[in-house]
Amino acid sequence: MSELTHQQHDHAHGHEHHHDDTEITVFGFWTYLMSDLILFTSLFIAFAVLHPHVADGPSAKDLFGETLDYVLIETFLLLISSFTFGLAMLASYKQKKQQVIGWLIVTFLFGAGFVGMEINEFSHLVHEGYGPDRSAFLSSFFSLVGTHGLHVSSGLIWMTLLIVQISKFGLTTNVTRRLACLSLFWHFLDIVWILVFSVVYLLGVSS
Amino acid sequence: MDMLLGKLSWAAIPTDPIVLVTMAAMALGGIAVFGALTYFKLWGYLWKEWFTTIDHKKIGIMYVIVSMIMLLRGFADAIMMRLQLALAAGGGEGYLHPQHYDQIFTAHGVIMIFFVAMGLVVALMNIVVPLQIGARDVAFPMLNNVSFWLFVAGAGFVMISLVLGEFAATGWLAYPPLSGIEFSPGVGVDYYIWALQISGLGTLLTGVNFFVTIMKMRAPGMTLMKMPIFTWTALCTAILIIAVFPVLTGTLAMLTADRYLGMHFFTNEAGGSPMLYINLIWTWGHPEVYILVLPAFGVFSEVVATFSRKPLFGYKSMVYATVSITVLSFLVWLHHFFTMGAGPSVNAFFGIMTMVIAIPTGVKIFSWLFTMYKGRIRFTVPMLWTMGFLVTFTIGGMTGVLLAVPPADFVVHNSLFLIAHFHNVIIGGVVFGMFAGLTYWFPKMFGFTLNETWGRRSFWFWLTGFYFAFMPLYVLGFMGMTRRLNTYNNPAWDPYLNVAFFGAVLIALGILCTLIQIAVSIRDRKQNADVTGDPWDGRTLEWATSSPAPYYNFAHTPHVHEIDAFWEDKQAGRAYRKPAGYAPIHMPKNRVEGIVLAFFISAFGFAMVWHIWWLAAGGLLASIATFIALTFNTDVDYHIQPDEVEKVENERYAQLENAKGRG
Amino acid sequence: MSHDHNSHASGHGNLKQYVVGFILSILLTVVPFWMVMNGGFSTGLVLTVIAVTAIVQVAVQLVFFLHLDSSEAQQMNVGAFAYTIMSVAILVIGSIWIMHHLHTNMMM
Repeated sequence: MSELTHQQHDHAHGHEHHHDDTEITVFGFWTYLMSDLILFTSLFIAFAVLHPHVADGPSAKDLFGETLDYVLIETFLLLISSFTFGLAMLASYKQKKQQVIGWLIVTFLFGAGFVGMEINEFSHLVHEGYGPDRSAFLSSFFSLVGTHGLHVSSGLIWMTLLIVQISKFGLTTNVTRRLACLSLFWHFLDIVWILVFSVVYLLGVSS
Repeated sequence: MDMLLGKLSWAAIPTDPIVLVTMAAMALGGIAVFGALTYFKLWGYLWKEWFTTIDHKKIGIMYVIVSMIMLLRGFADAIMMRLQLALAAGGGEGYLHPQHYDQIFTAHGVIMIFFVAMGLVVALMNIVVPLQIGARDVAFPMLNNVSFWLFVAGAGFVMISLVLGEFAATGWLAYPPLSGIEFSPGVGVDYYIWALQISGLGTLLTGVNFFVTIMKMRAPGMTLMKMPIFTWTALCTAILIIAVFPVLTGTLAMLTADRYLGMHFFTNEAGGSPMLYINLIWTWGHPEVYILVLPAFGVFSEVVATFSRKPLFGYKSMVYATVSITVLSFLVWLHHFFTMGAGPSVNAFFGIMTMVIAIPTGVKIFSWLFTMYKGRIRFTVPMLWTMGFLVTFTIGGMTGVLLAVPPADFVVHNSLFLIAHFHNVIIGGVVFGMFAGLTYWFPKMFGFTLNETWGRRSFWFWLTGFYFAFMPLYVLGFMGMTRRLNTYNNPAWDPYLNVAFFGAVLIALGILCTLIQIAVSIRDRKQNADVTGDPWDGRTLEWATSSPAPYYNFAHTPHVHEIDAFWEDKQAGRAYRKPAGYAPIHMPKNRVEGIVLAFFISAFGFAMVWHIWWLAAGGLLASIATFIALTFNTDVDYHIQPDEVEKVENERYAQLENAKGRG
Repeated sequence: MSHDHNSHASGHGNLKQYVVGFILSILLTVVPFWMVMNGGFSTGLVLTVIAVTAIVQVAVQLVFFLHLDSSEAQQMNVGAFAYTIMSVAILVIGSIWIMHHLHTNMMM
């Protein structure tokens, strides 16, 4: 290959650099999410091992046996928010800035509803004297569900900032790249929630 | 407890005379360094060229410097431990209070693993990998800078614990219930926790960074099976980091929840399970030692091929062996607690898996030997370290297989036999590997080679020192001596411990030789200048650049056809060809956010240690704000214009011409 | 010059994908919840249904929301995910096996 073609080749590489940046960053974020999955795994392992250790406190069945409809509503809020985020992404491919912002706001509201319900559940439990310091089971419950909730809350903050950046900068390369990362994050959290409600609430009540 | 200062008070300053002397020495040293930097007006230079750099080569050098400083501290701890035993023979008290001794062996382990071995491994990955794959930098250069400063923050916590408060006295893995709030109410375990959480975050980001870099940024033509072996080991290490560091994060977070929020993950009451901690921490801990040793294996592969003037024997099987070690390292962790009581079926499974992992390791040893066979060997310092490794690591590996047999382990678990084994493989494997790698790549980093004579002296002191220091420990293990003893009363053990102390002194001389080597090499740098960039007649792409490499690494991204790409280019006469022209090069700018972020996170961590809640909240918020501000920063890159590239490249070609004339 | 990068890159859905994924997820959520809340099923059956619907729903969301598929562009993502799942399985199964034995033998 002649040296001149090397030069043209490099120039072409230079132009492609922007494509590569998004792909590389999104792959990097996906990799980070894999590590996050392992973090949740350690919390799931602790829960699996500790959930029978109720000391003198309540078990999962005691706590959630009668209130699964509450959890079902929470689950739907998060699931709907995952769907509406998808709609936001579709709007972003069509460069429809206002629609993106609109769907993100809807997503935010459903997500905030989920977090609100969870905070309500936690404070209710603490009020009853069933806080995380009561037993190993409760420690692992609050930590697993709480860590998921913290992730969702971080996602909400991130979403707010992105809405600001979309308004300020428009759907630039940087912004769409971050939107893609948040999209991965948000769907990932719904996937983890499937595991949480199945293992913590449904299995907890049934076994 | 104070609202303003939490648990912090004047009482936090230690009054132990030994600690006071250390503090004075640290203060004097610190003043000397800071004073010199100020006197020579170097702060601006340091800030602009080093502290805010996103250049992987400079970040790697900074990791080396910090790790070497921590090596001195960790080694000082070792000497203190040996001295204590020497003086406490016959049931004496020695010179160290038991609580102090416990902090020393804890700090020794934490420092050596997290801030020396990990630091050097990450250093070499930084210095070498982008050059070996023909890339300009890593995938996320700013994150690389953040990782470095988080590493420094963690090391800082360990150092500060010496002068303010105390360190953990629990052993390097801080098992509960001892590490819980009831039995360690002081700040020691909290320093430990936050040092590891903060530096651990840096390590995780490094893992992600290098995984993406290697997967996505290789030069065109460099398929996975054409990558240099060191890059393969770096890839596997990165994968292990991503897969297991989150378990460390989660487990330490649970311990933190127990200590700060009264939870019951690992307490003795309310249903906690200390055994759960041990299980979880070792699911991290075992892969961790492979994170340390795989890059060392990678170094040996490069060194052995270069200095035998032969391609590495069995490249494919080396790759498969590395990958299988990576997978198998997940399946052995219970061998660290055979004696905890999981029973025969569990113990048998993990014992067998542990023995299985010796197989791919053996394949690697044979491959290195076969590479040397019928090679034209040059006994340079890196080659000496490699040969020392081949013998020493094999012995350590064999004692590992012995320990893998559960009934045998029941006899020697937590005895000095175990201590001898892991020092055998970590020193023989990781430390020797890091020294080999640092010597090998030193000219690429700094533009001149290290002094061979002092390098040889260092090697021989380390090698003989190691055997004198640790072989007696195998015997002592069989004689029943437990680990972490601060006194003993068995005269049969005396001669072995004395020999071990002598070994430690030899190692100390080895370290001294290294320090002299560095000084002498700097003094002689003009004579030992590496003018071609290829001082060893190397095989891989990093040797195609000047020494040190230009800040953009490659003027044109190389095109790769074979394994040992640079060697092939040299053989085919393709190397060092001047291109017809240059294109603009897109580069990231230096960033201040990394060090600022680490500063605020450190403030948060320090505040958490001392229960200064307002500062903790402030530090956390400031960290988040810094991160957010970072995302609003759009002035992050620039282009090097072709004429600037041409200028740098022309200087390089002129140097090559000079070298040819001289040579 | 507008850089419509994302239409070149992979991993994009269309409305149909999101709607199908959404509806399937709703079904896969409602079934196990209903079975547990209603009672009257054998424990073995309930546990199996919970496990199966969870795994299927995870797969549904991976495919329809996260666009993981067998295309060349997604290969690395799928590979990384597969390796992670393997690690998760080893850690979870190994830990539960070990801890179960420890708790039985050590009466803790």
